[in-house]
Amino acid sequence: MFAQYKKELKGYFYNMTGVVFIALVLIITGIFATIMNFHRGNPEFEETLDGASFIFFLAIPILTMRSFAEEKSLKTDQLLYSLPMGMTRVVIGKYLAMVTVLAASTALLCFYPVLLSFYGHVNFIDSYSGIFAFFLLGCALIAIGMFISTLTESQVISAVISFGVLIAVYFMTLISTIIPGSETASLVCFLAVALVIGMIVYLLVKNSTAALTVSLVLVGATAAVFFIDRTLFKGLFPTVLEKFALFDRMYNFIYYGVFDVSAVVYYLSVIFLFVYLSVRSMDKRRWA
Amino acid sequence: MIEAKNLVKRYGTNEALHGVSFTFEDGRIYGFLGPNGAGKSTTMNIITGCLAATEGEVSINGYDIYEDAAEAKRCIGYLPEQPPLYNDMTVCEYLRYVGEAKGLKKEALFSGIELVMSKTSLYPVKDRLIKNLSKGYKQRVGIAQAILGDPPIIILDEPTVGLDPKQIIEIRELIRELGESHTVIISSHILTEISEICDYAVIIADGTVVASDTIENLTTMFEGSVNIKLDVRCTVSQAENILSSIADIRSFNTQKKGAGVVSCDIEAPKGTELRDSLFFAFADARLPIIAMAHEEVSLEKVFLALTSNPTSVENDDVKQSEEADDADEYTPVFGASNDEEEEK
Repeated sequence: MFAQYKKELKGYFYNMTGVVFIALVLIITGIFATIMNFHRGNPEFEETLDGASFIFFLAIPILTMRSFAEEKSLKTDQLLYSLPMGMTRVVIGKYLAMVTVLAASTALLCFYPVLLSFYGHVNFIDSYSGIFAFFLLGCALIAIGMFISTLTESQVISAVISFGVLIAVYFMTLISTIIPGSETASLVCFLAVALVIGMIVYLLVKNSTAALTVSLVLVGATAAVFFIDRTLFKGLFPTVLEKFALFDRMYNFIYYGVFDVSAVVYYLSVIFLFVYLSVRSMDKRRWA
Repeated sequence: MIEAKNLVKRYGTNEALHGVSFTFEDGRIYGFLGPNGAGKSTTMNIITGCLAATEGEVSINGYDIYEDAAEAKRCIGYLPEQPPLYNDMTVCEYLRYVGEAKGLKKEALFSGIELVMSKTSLYPVKDRLIKNLSKGYKQRVGIAQAILGDPPIIILDEPTVGLDPKQIIEIRELIRELGESHTVIISSHILTEISEICDYAVIIADGTVVASDTIENLTTMFEGSVNIKLDVRCTVSQAENILSSIADIRSFNTQKKGAGVVSCDIEAPKGTELRDSLFFAFADARLPIIAMAHEEVSLEKVFLALTSNPTSVENDDVKQSEEADDADEYTPVFGASNDEEEEK
């Protein structure tokens, strides 16, 4: 795993991807800090991070697009499959290398609260817990981007899909306000989600029967619950979307100064889920 | 030792391998032969764990490639058809990465890198980026990563593709050298390469092993007759008289070649030793033989005979596709003695 980690980390700085990622994060947060903190005299750097967090849906696809798509297009994935270290270690090695690039940029952000403290009182605990939440959010989004990279051979397609998915994640709360709260609207949305899950299963196992079965079970279960007690569905989908909104889960750190353990657990769960799915996706490719 | 039992691989509805079974003994050089799309690379990818078989089992030195993947893969060095190289790394960095990924520790890693670089003559380019190397050097880097860590089994898919003649000779020499202490399996379209380097050949056609034996046995198996070409300084009638007097000759053709030399194509039944009697017959008539050549059945002819219509071949060592369906009945053991094979 360490061999893979070292190789990937070096790769991010040889081909400038890592430098571009760090530069993007620093430039955007720098612009936001200048406007929100220095010009307005606001010492709360964590609020700046909330505004600058949109940089993730631009920068993370750049970081994650090559992680597996490039291996497939260059046929170097055959080396990974034939080496004795196993796909789990390969995936974790790659993931940790990307997290390290993110950590490098986040570490540089840690100077901002210190810098701001020269001009007034800064609550360091709030600022650093905000930076920590920013970092965890980045880690979760990297896991999602890496998983998308395992699904395709093209870096461009990987980047475009990641960009689309991360934008959807960013605007999840906004989307939840657009969706009607009626029972029928929630039912339709849940059925659509069941079909999307079926598609993801198909991409993972390349087995249309398994994908169809999963979709049908989910559709059946949703329909059954709906017919038993349809009132449960009133406003349910927008509520679920809000609960699962990745970006919003760092608000407790940023605006309320709370170290939100449930948010940490949620981010770690997303990381674990998508790292696991990446391993399964790469393993399943051998069965294609 | 590699044991493959009843390997089946399906890509959607297309079945690429139909129950391939074989056993490779230690310390031999095996050649995989077959036309494009026959299933050579698929078989190699399954053996190395790069691809999963739809059905069947593979064990490497007793380790199952799926159940004990790490142990099994530790026994294998693999060069795929397209060398798996990272273009933005130098040769040294790449080999170090592969060595570490294979679990080599500091001392073994550095000495191993030194060894493979000297074996594959990579020293002059060790600090160059792989993307700037010629195709020949890239191939060498691919071979170097395969043999790094001294795995007992080395699998090379088309190792000499794209190399110039000098490089081909060097790589063949290296494979021969490796064969002295390793089990080497190579696939190639170049039949002379297989017959030059390998002890044993496995011929795959249409996803089925159609033949497997020593190169010598394979060619002998397909010898239907003995063919001799002879150039003699005499007249056509003198040659015909002498050839007619030799009882073992089944048929012959004579042709005037010019400058008083007659060319004769002679055919005799399989197993006949004609050369002595031809020599003495012409010597007694005081007619000098200018040239005599014993035409042997080449591996190329065997390959064409087997791969053009695999199911039409009937031989004890050549199995039909329907027989391959039952792997328990037939598992070719390459490297076993003939007696052992007969017992099987």
